[in-house]
Amino acid sequence: MITDLAIVGAGPAGMAAAIEAAALGLSVTVLDEQPAPGGQVFRAVEAAASDPALAGEFLDAGGALAKAFRAAKGIAYRPRTTLWHLDPDAGLLSVTSSGATAEIEARRVVLATGAQERPVPIPGWTLPGVMSAGAAQILLKTAGAVPEGAVVIAGQGPLCWLLAVQLLRAGVERLTLLETGSGGALRDALRAGGLWTGRKLLAKGVALMRETRARGLKVVRNVRDLRAEGDGRVSTVRWRQGTRDHALACDTLLLHEGVIPSTHITRALGLDHDWDERQLCWRPRLDEWGATSHPNVAVAGDGGGIGGWEAAAAGGRLAAIDAAHRLGRLDAAARDGRAAGVRKAQRAALALRPFLDRLYRPGPGILTPADDTIVCRCEEITAGQIRGAARRGAAGPNQVKAFLRAGMGPCQGRMCGTVVAGLIAETRGATMEQVGALRPRAPFKPMTVGELANARPEAMPELTA
Amino acid sequence: MTDPDILIVGGGLHGLCAALHLARAGRRVRVLEARQVGAQASGYSAGGVRTLGRHPAEVPLALEAIERWHGIADLVGDECGFRAVGQVRVAETEAELASLAARVERLRAAGWTHEELVDAEMVRRLLPAVAPHVLGGIVARRDGFASPLRTTRAFGRAAEAAGAEIIEGARVAAVERRAGLWRLRTQGGETHAAPLLLNAAGAWGGRIARAAGETIPLGFNAFQMLLTEALPPLLTPVVGAAGRPLSFKQSEGGHVMIGGGHKGQADLDTGTVRLDVPRLAYSARTALDLFPALRGARIVHAWAGIEGVMPDALPVIGRSAVADGLVHAFGFSGHGFALAPVIGARVAGLLLDGPEAPALAAFAPDRFTLGGPAPETHPALLQPAG
Repeated sequence: MITDLAIVGAGPAGMAAAIEAAALGLSVTVLDEQPAPGGQVFRAVEAAASDPALAGEFLDAGGALAKAFRAAKGIAYRPRTTLWHLDPDAGLLSVTSSGATAEIEARRVVLATGAQERPVPIPGWTLPGVMSAGAAQILLKTAGAVPEGAVVIAGQGPLCWLLAVQLLRAGVERLTLLETGSGGALRDALRAGGLWTGRKLLAKGVALMRETRARGLKVVRNVRDLRAEGDGRVSTVRWRQGTRDHALACDTLLLHEGVIPSTHITRALGLDHDWDERQLCWRPRLDEWGATSHPNVAVAGDGGGIGGWEAAAAGGRLAAIDAAHRLGRLDAAARDGRAAGVRKAQRAALALRPFLDRLYRPGPGILTPADDTIVCRCEEITAGQIRGAARRGAAGPNQVKAFLRAGMGPCQGRMCGTVVAGLIAETRGATMEQVGALRPRAPFKPMTVGELANARPEAMPELTA
Repeated sequence: MTDPDILIVGGGLHGLCAALHLARAGRRVRVLEARQVGAQASGYSAGGVRTLGRHPAEVPLALEAIERWHGIADLVGDECGFRAVGQVRVAETEAELASLAARVERLRAAGWTHEELVDAEMVRRLLPAVAPHVLGGIVARRDGFASPLRTTRAFGRAAEAAGAEIIEGARVAAVERRAGLWRLRTQGGETHAAPLLLNAAGAWGGRIARAAGETIPLGFNAFQMLLTEALPPLLTPVVGAAGRPLSFKQSEGGHVMIGGGHKGQADLDTGTVRLDVPRLAYSARTALDLFPALRGARIVHAWAGIEGVMPDALPVIGRSAVADGLVHAFGFSGHGFALAPVIGARVAGLLLDGPEAPALAAFAPDRFTLGGPAPETHPALLQPAG
């Protein structure tokens, strides 16, 4: 059976797209890796309904969206299902679930795969006890796990403050925030405007900062040259501030330099992308409906550019309205009429973005770590080795992969791909566009030989050589 | 640069190897590569270096090639990742075992002793992780595998060091013979001319031949491969199966590569390939049947490379039947990687007016267009890709 619209991801964009598409009469299949709807931002929101540490917008808005998604008619929801291959010309999605692979046929595909944390390659980041702030937040949301002992959050971005509040509420006593942003960023950010339109979000941020102060968060600003050290586990974090070196004992170091669009699948499909010089990441090239350079594929939500959950939900609805139009269920006038209000909401949600993008612009060193830093965690390839390969003639990340196997491990280059490109650009004096993006291959997520072998019987080919 | 003596279409392993031999013989050589060196089958090969299970017509070449592989560093200044770990072909039924035994007998009668029949116990000594139903097999102990891209690049570097010129991004759009010269125009609009032309264009070899006025029935395949994450040591030799297409090996880094000829879809015009998931699943089942320990191993990459395939699964190697100054070397049908070091030397000989070696008769470009009976279209044994 062919579904009208396959939606990959059940976060705010995916849920909103599904609700809208079903309301427009499309048959919808939503596949998602998680056991329950919510995505990253509203992860496990249904189960967390009574947790006071997570109270606020998370439970109110996220809970309402998940409830509407569950209640909508005409949505085939497939949790714990991973997309590992997509043939957009044929409309074939290959997925794994329950230990087997299967194929889903769809007339149109919306990728709502969200954001990923920007990898923060610093010396020592592979030590046990060092993890991303997002990973710590997942542990808190899904397992109620709170790190013990002295905890340091290092980096920048709204998530640092949100996580600080959540950890303090959950009982962490010794918490330090090392902020890596520079003073000039605020002045630049204020010039970007949008502060009035985005005042609601801004107020939310200010309230977060106030609460962390009240709860005794220690904040150090203008931090650079971060290093994690320890014997078998992180025990010390070191940094420079001005002209002085500092060190602090810690049991857990949580790194965060913002989030970037998850472009793994859109790059694997070979869709057109642009380099975002301000946020130092790739973005798929999209039209005002989220349509990509492939006629059957759209992107909704943070996967097309970071905008937060309200903008993502609006983007999901627009992609669904466009899908209904393309599939002949909605004429152009009805499409535009239905989209008008959604666009207004999207604009409001995105108003603060230029300010935030400037305020939390990652430092230029984020793509060019020191030679002794491990860049590809899977194959343990250092920045120095990658610079060496670039000097020997590797002109792009796909060639570095062939030279060094960087990007050949289970993460498929999610952690190293952009840093590898940044190191090549630096070494060869080229732009990121010239160096190009790593082209991931299927499977988009590793699956086992057993899962692949367990293809559904009807999909088995004749035994021919 | 001065005008070349010889133009080579195709910067894959065969074109580069010929370039190396020709340049070392003092000829001015220019290689025109549509994309980058090793961009198609040469870079996406499984890298099998195999004499085992070859079609009888290929055996002399394969035996000569294996000697060159054992001294590959002397040839190109790089050991190309070559590991002489041996190759094993396992039998899963009594009938398969009998057919392997008969094959070894036939080879011995012809004076070839490189294949050795082994019983179930010896197979298990060679492959401790193999499934219990395996009854025996054949082994070629001097065989092994090499790193395809590294090998191709090494041949390219050696050819350049010998004076050959390699132009990447030069896709040939038109071929013409005029006044004793081959004139090739690229998509970028440049023209290259030389008295001699080598067609080593792989899957695109049929198109180049047609442009030169010759019809050769070349098809193409996109051979699919799977690569697992690094695993603890599971097996040393390269493994194939007598009854089904499989090429299976573990690199020194621990990654297991599963290939063998299950085809994806390809487009010669764009050079793009598409995975065929049901066939990929079939490959996974074959690998699991023979190595059950792989069940939980995570697959990190699946890919396909475009390769030219002839109806009889034998390559086209020889002088053009219709045009002067043109030699073909393409259509290796998924198992040309191991032969490359010797093919390049033979092809160079053909271009330099050496005698037509009788050993190349089975690969004649016109074997499908002559009036006689059609050549046999099935090799004696399944030849896994790579």
